[in-house]
Amino acid sequence: MSRRGRNFNYEKPENINATLRRLLTYVSDKMLLIGLVLVLVMSSSVLSIYAVKLVEPIINEGIIPLIGKEITSESLAVFVRLLVILGIVSLLSALFEYISAKIMARVTNNTLNRIRNELFSKMQKLPLSYFDRYTHGELMAHYTSDVGVIREAISQGITTFLSSIITIVGVFIMMLSYSVMMTLVVMALLGLTFLVILLFAKKSMNNFKAQQATIAVLNGYMEEMMNGQKVVKVFVHENRVRDEFFAVNEKARKASTKANIYAGIVGPISNNMSHVNYAVCSILGAYLCIIGRMNVGRLASFLMYSRNISHPLSRVTQNFNALISAIAGAERIFKAIDTKEEIDEGKVTLVPLTFDLDNSLLQAEQRTGLWAWKKPDGELVRLRGDVRFIDVDFSYDGKKQVLNNVSFYAKPGQKIAFVGATGAGKTTITNLINRFYDIQAGQILYDGIDVREIEKDSLRRSLSFVLQDTHLFTGTVMDNIRYGKLDATDEQCIKAARLANANEFIEMLPEGYNTVLTGDGANLSQGQRQLLSIARAAVADAPVLVLDEATSSIDTRTEKLIEEGMDNLMAGRTVFVIAHRLSTVRNSNAIVVLDNGEIIERGSHSSLLKQRGQYYKLYTGQFELD
Amino acid sequence: MKKILSCTRKYLPFIIMTPIIIMVEVLLEVNIPLIMGKIVDYGIPSNELSVVLNLGVRMVFMALLSLLCGSLGTIFASTGSIGFGSELRKEVFNRILDFSFENIDSFQQSSLLTRLTTDVDFIQMGLRMTMVMAIRAPFMMIAAATVAYGINRELFVVFIVVAPVLIITIILLARKAVPMFRHMLTKFDGLNDRAKEYLTNVRVVKSFVREDYEIERFKEVNHELMTSSIKVEGLLVLISPIMMLAIYSAIIAILWFGGRQIMIGTMKTGELISFISYVWQILMGLIMLAMIFMHLVRIKGSIERINEVLNSECLIADGEYQGTLEDGSIEFNDVTFRYATGSRDAVINADLHIASGETIGIIGSTGSGKTSLVQLIARLYDVSSGTLLVGKHNVKDYKLANLRKEVAMVLQQNVLFSGTIRENLLWGDEKASQQEIIEACKVANAHDFITAFPDGYETYLGQGGVNLSGGQKQRICIARALLARPKIIILDDSTSAVDTQTDASIREALKKQLKDTTTIIIAQRVASVMDADRVVVINCGEIVAVDTPENLLKTSEIYQDIYHTQMEGVEM
Repeated sequence: MSRRGRNFNYEKPENINATLRRLLTYVSDKMLLIGLVLVLVMSSSVLSIYAVKLVEPIINEGIIPLIGKEITSESLAVFVRLLVILGIVSLLSALFEYISAKIMARVTNNTLNRIRNELFSKMQKLPLSYFDRYTHGELMAHYTSDVGVIREAISQGITTFLSSIITIVGVFIMMLSYSVMMTLVVMALLGLTFLVILLFAKKSMNNFKAQQATIAVLNGYMEEMMNGQKVVKVFVHENRVRDEFFAVNEKARKASTKANIYAGIVGPISNNMSHVNYAVCSILGAYLCIIGRMNVGRLASFLMYSRNISHPLSRVTQNFNALISAIAGAERIFKAIDTKEEIDEGKVTLVPLTFDLDNSLLQAEQRTGLWAWKKPDGELVRLRGDVRFIDVDFSYDGKKQVLNNVSFYAKPGQKIAFVGATGAGKTTITNLINRFYDIQAGQILYDGIDVREIEKDSLRRSLSFVLQDTHLFTGTVMDNIRYGKLDATDEQCIKAARLANANEFIEMLPEGYNTVLTGDGANLSQGQRQLLSIARAAVADAPVLVLDEATSSIDTRTEKLIEEGMDNLMAGRTVFVIAHRLSTVRNSNAIVVLDNGEIIERGSHSSLLKQRGQYYKLYTGQFELD
Repeated sequence: MKKILSCTRKYLPFIIMTPIIIMVEVLLEVNIPLIMGKIVDYGIPSNELSVVLNLGVRMVFMALLSLLCGSLGTIFASTGSIGFGSELRKEVFNRILDFSFENIDSFQQSSLLTRLTTDVDFIQMGLRMTMVMAIRAPFMMIAAATVAYGINRELFVVFIVVAPVLIITIILLARKAVPMFRHMLTKFDGLNDRAKEYLTNVRVVKSFVREDYEIERFKEVNHELMTSSIKVEGLLVLISPIMMLAIYSAIIAILWFGGRQIMIGTMKTGELISFISYVWQILMGLIMLAMIFMHLVRIKGSIERINEVLNSECLIADGEYQGTLEDGSIEFNDVTFRYATGSRDAVINADLHIASGETIGIIGSTGSGKTSLVQLIARLYDVSSGTLLVGKHNVKDYKLANLRKEVAMVLQQNVLFSGTIRENLLWGDEKASQQEIIEACKVANAHDFITAFPDGYETYLGQGGVNLSGGQKQRICIARALLARPKIIILDDSTSAVDTQTDASIREALKKQLKDTTTIIIAQRVASVMDADRVVVINCGEIVAVDTPENLLKTSEIYQDIYHTQMEGVEM
């Protein structure tokens, strides 16, 4: 459990420049809009700085001259005019801020949309080994937390960052114009504050990493326990789980508290340092007033400025952190997007087949039920389902050899059964036929063509699979069946369901074919889920059928009925079946017996029985107990 | 709410201290502009630096003290809120652990996890916000308002006008934004569900060459999310400009009225300047309150969801009887059972007497009620009517722990956990020795393949035990159950992924090992139940036949059917 999340990286970004530039490419077509936003943000900031400056003349020229004097509409004119200007300026500033923010909202969401689409599309092309390597939690984090931090940076980061910088610079200039000495004092104090904040920021980052790590462990633990709740109950493991959870939870609590404190303390520090600043300025400013180097109006403005500068300063540091996290998140996403795709150099495609008048092969426009391989030079080879493995060696991880020098061949239209102990390599063989993984040595020929030369999509379209672990999608029963052939009509789907003998139980469901399945088909029994996945394969109507443990959780009665339907389906097709149930296998044309990744026997059912070898032992196992 | 609030108990001192310290901080903060005003009005005109210094040093001192308070406030707030969150999570997790299967069924698994993570986080943030801002804001407002009122009553009237306008605007905005926000969150969930589903089903997608289809579906959902987000954010960005406008309007009004007062001498310039500071503080306070309000509305949903879990009645609780099973006998007396979410009875009028140590096979078509029947034995569900005696006592009388320690089940879905093989096996018996573990694995026919791994029993299993084949997982699950040394062991289709020879060896070993253990085997293969003492044939929830395999072959049509289907064509 301590090793969970080991592949997950919370490090600082490795190459900030490159990632930043790459991120910018996602907004390159919106440069005009972004330019507008920048202008608006700058204007808004400048205007708000100007608004503060107006306080000085308002007090000095509008108010003070009139103290004790007669008040007429004339004498008030200056005062009124200045107030009106202040009103307009602040209105414009607010308006610009609003417009720019609205535009940024659009730009941000658009960008995220693009990034998510690209990430998902790219994932489709990645090899299975990628999905084997990472847990779902780690991969999902790309969509949730990584995209999330990018959003923070773009929507907040750019605009506030910019306006903060402008505000700081503008205010600094104004302050200098009022009093160099006071500005220096302010700067010194700010510098001190900044240093303190930086110190805390670094610690904060480290603690943040630690926090994220403990949270990953906590979430992973909770997910596993939620998944295995029933097992926990059956083994009365509640107390143990409770204790383990408490420990993990406590660790997360401690790390989070620490991270939170370091992150949160920046606020009070910068806030109160601005008070100190204010205080010192007041003293200094008053002194300057006394010696005649400053007046009250100016002091008022200056004080407001000094208040205004610390706010954007702390925002800048926050933004900076957010920006760094965003870049780190973007880097992780880009890494995923850049992962090497499934190798697919195949050029041979699958096309519908028809015959010319002289019986030569011709590519058909529409589905005919017959298929051919089309080589790059246009030559058509009839798809017959002749599959040959020649001296195939394979290992998933390069360490444990799963298949060793495996050779066999399936004649077209034959039903070939693979038997053998679990882990003997049966499922692996099917993983290789459709190139979920690539072999290290040997050759796999399909109708005489090396499978590596066949385009992966075409290869997989020529195969229909019913896998060991059934997986269904959120959607109606009909949708799930239709997944096998997207343009299948309802009638075709129902026909397929009848073939798989799923129709009966489907019609007994609360809403029949329109019943919505959720959570990987959780509302169905194991057997029912398998029947559905068989219906799905049936409607796909592919030339070659692979059944991997398809019917093991269904009683033999139903299985027999399916077999009959399958027989019709199988006519003229090549079928590979992997089963432990010898009744499934007994009708095969040829049986391949595997043991530890090697073929030890092969032949028909009767010939193998005569051999009295491994197959005989496996088959007659059921009689040993009589 | 009560249950949620009770989680604050452990960290109550922090939770209470935070607002107190913050109030002190506020008091100090509020004083600072006041002193500044004095400097302008008395210090400067007096031309005495000492006066200025005196006042100034007081200000600095207050600021530093305020700094201390603010820092302490953060520490207390963080400790208190995160501690609370941690306690709440424990509470929810505990509750879920106590859930019966029925409770678990009523919640979707992923929603339970979201509740433990997102919902708890939201409430935790809500508490923190309340502690820090919900006290600070009104307090600051009141303090600042009091001081401001003290400076100049007439100017204060300006607030009475501006403040409500601001509040109403923000509330109106919030009310519009909240449903939009909820909508966006659903879209966000939808997107993540789609991505997650893809990850689970990647093999299916590749096999059926549905990549493009999946991409299209994803793009659709993504687009919906984008539109929804843009709408929500478009509304939320109104807040900041409106805030600024309100503040500036107030300032203009104050400059106007205050300026006039200065002109006629009823107010001093210094007072005006500090008054402006207070305008800032009060309006900031108002805005903070509005934000808190909005956030609290957001967490309303989370509170509901957490309460749903905390208030769930635990449907199955311990009985009074302290002892444990006397033997492995099982008696179903006219038992009928229906799932809470079911539309019809899963088990109908079941009558079945199983003697201790018997080996019983159960056979029947898919969905006929086999699993439902046996789950009642370990009291994973309660019967709807009739009585069930296990080990000579009513199954409801036992303490659940005692019952389940003696009734081991190998479920249809084999779940193993992250950890070594050994750690997983220890679930059966924490104190098992290596020798005992090896023995159990030998019986389950797992020892050989386990030792074939380079790390043997210390081999680490990834999420869901992915590096094992189906049959290997099943055998480890059997060994795990064996280690519990129960009086009754139930194997629910536990050898479906195992070849017949291995199945036979396992059953052989089980027979030797479990001579005195009541063994119930649910299987699809007639071969698996053919050597049972008796076989139960179930059809549509009803027990249609119970007899020895030999007799059933003569008398039961269903059994005959299955038998011949499986045994046909064998040459002896």
